[in-house]
Amino acid sequence: MHINSFDRYEQRHSLVHHLDPRTKVVVTGLFIIANVLLPDGAWAAFAAAWGLVLLGGWLAQLPPGYLIKRSFIVLPFTLAAVTILFTLPGTAVVTFPLFSRTITISDTGLIRFASIVIRSWLSIQAAIWLTATTQFPDLMHALRHLRAPRLLIAIISFMYRYLFVLANEATRLLRAREARSAAPVGKNGGGSILWRAKVAGSMVGQLFIRSFERSERVYNAMLARGYRGQLLTMNPHVMKKRDWRVLVTAVTLIILVQIIGRL
Amino acid sequence: MPIIHPTDKKLLQTDNGAGPPTLRVQNLSFSYPDGFQALKNVSLTIAPREKAALVGPNGAGKSTLMLHLNGLLQGSGALEVAGLPVAKPHLPVIRGKVGMVFQNPDDQLFSPTVFDDVAFGPLHMGLPVDEIRERVARALAQVGMDGFEDRLSHHLSLGQKKRVSIATVLSMNPEILVLDEPSAGLDPRARRALINLLRDLPLTMLVSSHDMLMVQELFPRMIVMDEGEIVADGETAVLLQNNDLLEAHGLERPSLA
Amino acid sequence: MFFLTIEYLHIPDGFLSLLIAMICWVITALTLVLAIRNAQKSFDERLVPLAGIMAAFIFAGQMINFPVAGGTSGHLLGSTLAAIVLGPWLGILVMTAVIALQALLFQDGGLVTMGANILVMGIIPALIGYGLYRAVAHKSQRVQVGTAVLAAWLSVMGAALLTALLLGFSGTSSFRIAVPAMLGVHAFIGIGEALITAAALSFIFKTRPQLLQESGQAAGRGWIVGGAVIILLIVLISPFASSFPDGLEWVAAENGFLNTALDAPFKLLPDYTIPGLGETAVSTIAAGLVGVLIAAAIVIGLTRLLRPKTDN
Repeated sequence: MHINSFDRYEQRHSLVHHLDPRTKVVVTGLFIIANVLLPDGAWAAFAAAWGLVLLGGWLAQLPPGYLIKRSFIVLPFTLAAVTILFTLPGTAVVTFPLFSRTITISDTGLIRFASIVIRSWLSIQAAIWLTATTQFPDLMHALRHLRAPRLLIAIISFMYRYLFVLANEATRLLRAREARSAAPVGKNGGGSILWRAKVAGSMVGQLFIRSFERSERVYNAMLARGYRGQLLTMNPHVMKKRDWRVLVTAVTLIILVQIIGRL
Repeated sequence: MPIIHPTDKKLLQTDNGAGPPTLRVQNLSFSYPDGFQALKNVSLTIAPREKAALVGPNGAGKSTLMLHLNGLLQGSGALEVAGLPVAKPHLPVIRGKVGMVFQNPDDQLFSPTVFDDVAFGPLHMGLPVDEIRERVARALAQVGMDGFEDRLSHHLSLGQKKRVSIATVLSMNPEILVLDEPSAGLDPRARRALINLLRDLPLTMLVSSHDMLMVQELFPRMIVMDEGEIVADGETAVLLQNNDLLEAHGLERPSLA
Repeated sequence: MFFLTIEYLHIPDGFLSLLIAMICWVITALTLVLAIRNAQKSFDERLVPLAGIMAAFIFAGQMINFPVAGGTSGHLLGSTLAAIVLGPWLGILVMTAVIALQALLFQDGGLVTMGANILVMGIIPALIGYGLYRAVAHKSQRVQVGTAVLAAWLSVMGAALLTALLLGFSGTSSFRIAVPAMLGVHAFIGIGEALITAAALSFIFKTRPQLLQESGQAAGRGWIVGGAVIILLIVLISPFASSFPDGLEWVAAENGFLNTALDAPFKLLPDYTIPGLGETAVSTIAAGLVGVLIAAAIVIGLTRLLRPKTDN
């Protein structure tokens, strides 16, 4: 696996990229909460919210369609909401037979389903926007200075650093397994499910031991440079006038969308 | 087993003839909790500005010795860094004086960005913000990595990681640089860059290595360890002529074509 | 078969009502405060590098899969393994980091729903997984590994049930369909998780047994009770949940409460269409039965497989 396959940051020099990450975190969070609050079938508000997403993407100089392309990750989960198409009472829109039963899709169900999918789709685009314009370490700085629990943020920062190292180790283990997984011509190799599970489990176990030992070495390396249990960091960011201006504008627009949704 | 004591007394003398040696180890012994005795009665002294190599087979006790130098392990015997005994109350100071760089840069570089990592030492020494920034900039410039502050550690090549690793301790202004296998795994170009860097750094150094060519090129003094003991300590040029010694401890004489 | 992916438990934003999401956040936040306090007590300064690297390990471990059948593959979710090997408090912190990073970096799971996701994939599995394991921590290795199979499988089932319930209460999904569907699907996903967890555990037993001894004492016997209660709830709730009233009534109540929905521009008609997935009570019981059979088969199979070959 190549290290870059984990990166979601798009290097640009846009207004958005140069904002304080705290501004972006707050705006994204408020936007997503506001989305969840929009009522079912508030099409005009949904459209307006999407307008905000597009505006954000344009200001960040992200290629058109960038946010949409990545937002499809949410598709599988829409399956979880499909059932309400059939179970909410309402005027029948479509009726069709299935296994000797009659399945009815109601208008209420349709509206609710569409609203859930749209809300989720808008929210995920906002989250993608945040990740694409903010380096992960900056995101961590922002969360820390927004009073998220220090310890948790420190743990996530460590995880981010070692994600790449350990994912590479996992890839090497997988490759080693593959290199030795020969199968006789025309037959399936690989033994029973239990055997295969045991091989995979041993790999996980091995990865665990290696990671555990690594954590001991890293702890030593930290002690060697003066760590005494308090993890200190410097905040490289300052909220500038521009940040406040963007923040106020964004919040106003988000409130405006809410008003449109409730007209 | 041939034991060779330093024949050249000048090697042991300090530059200015005054002040304590940078590092003094006396009769250090250490056993791991499982009973394995990793260090047996080790004594050595390193003078300011001296660059010494620590060689010997794997399991000889080189890394264990290094872990003692800043108190990460504590055995029996006496240990002093720049005249300060390595003991619990002094550890915060000692750890600033001993710049320890571990073998694997992925263990050494544990912060997401280069800046955060190089700033880690000074930050935990409690220095003011301006000075930290200045030290980070200087340390990165010293290893030829200026401008890499905002880069993510996992995006660096191995050679770059090794150099940033050294910067992470240079920013603490250490009295002595202790490096574990700095050239391991590097391609020839990165190795050459590292050797040049180590040569140009005007610091006291104790460097463990299997890279005998580098030892020959960089380190006037060589300390040979095997089975937890120092079996030889002297001028590199002299020791490398001693075929019996090299063979007894699994070392190879570097052969330059 | 994207239906059979682990991502099915990562609830994206928009699928939970704000009220439900916030309730979950509160429970999660309170648990995290406890977890941080207790983990710090046991691990002190080592906590940050240990937890961070263990979280990266869980993430990397989730990449390791094995082919099961018909093109599907078994994965590690890791919650139960983390809780057993690291103890429940550290396990919860580790899973929290995993879930947070997956949401922040990969948009796998939402931000407002993160509290729910941590509850589902971190806290519930820690309770079930560690609770069961703690009860047998002093027993033989074979019993421990066998128990881990059951614990891992039940953790997945617990997570699936809770997800279905949260979706139902949010009015996103119908209880009558979501509960049996989620449980049915995860009865199979759980097998992969159970097998890998047990095999990883027996590997660790062989190489670093002292680690498991430590974690066996990492937390009090209260966890056994906690785990038992959750398991009991799963067993009791799953048949009933499928006969809960559909999201509608709940949503109606919530609308009054939070005033989130505008009046629908359409009329609610009383004709109630019947869902297409058959008698719900029957399907739930069937799913449960299949699950129990599978779990029994796994336990028997694994105890055989993992029996040390050297001693007779």
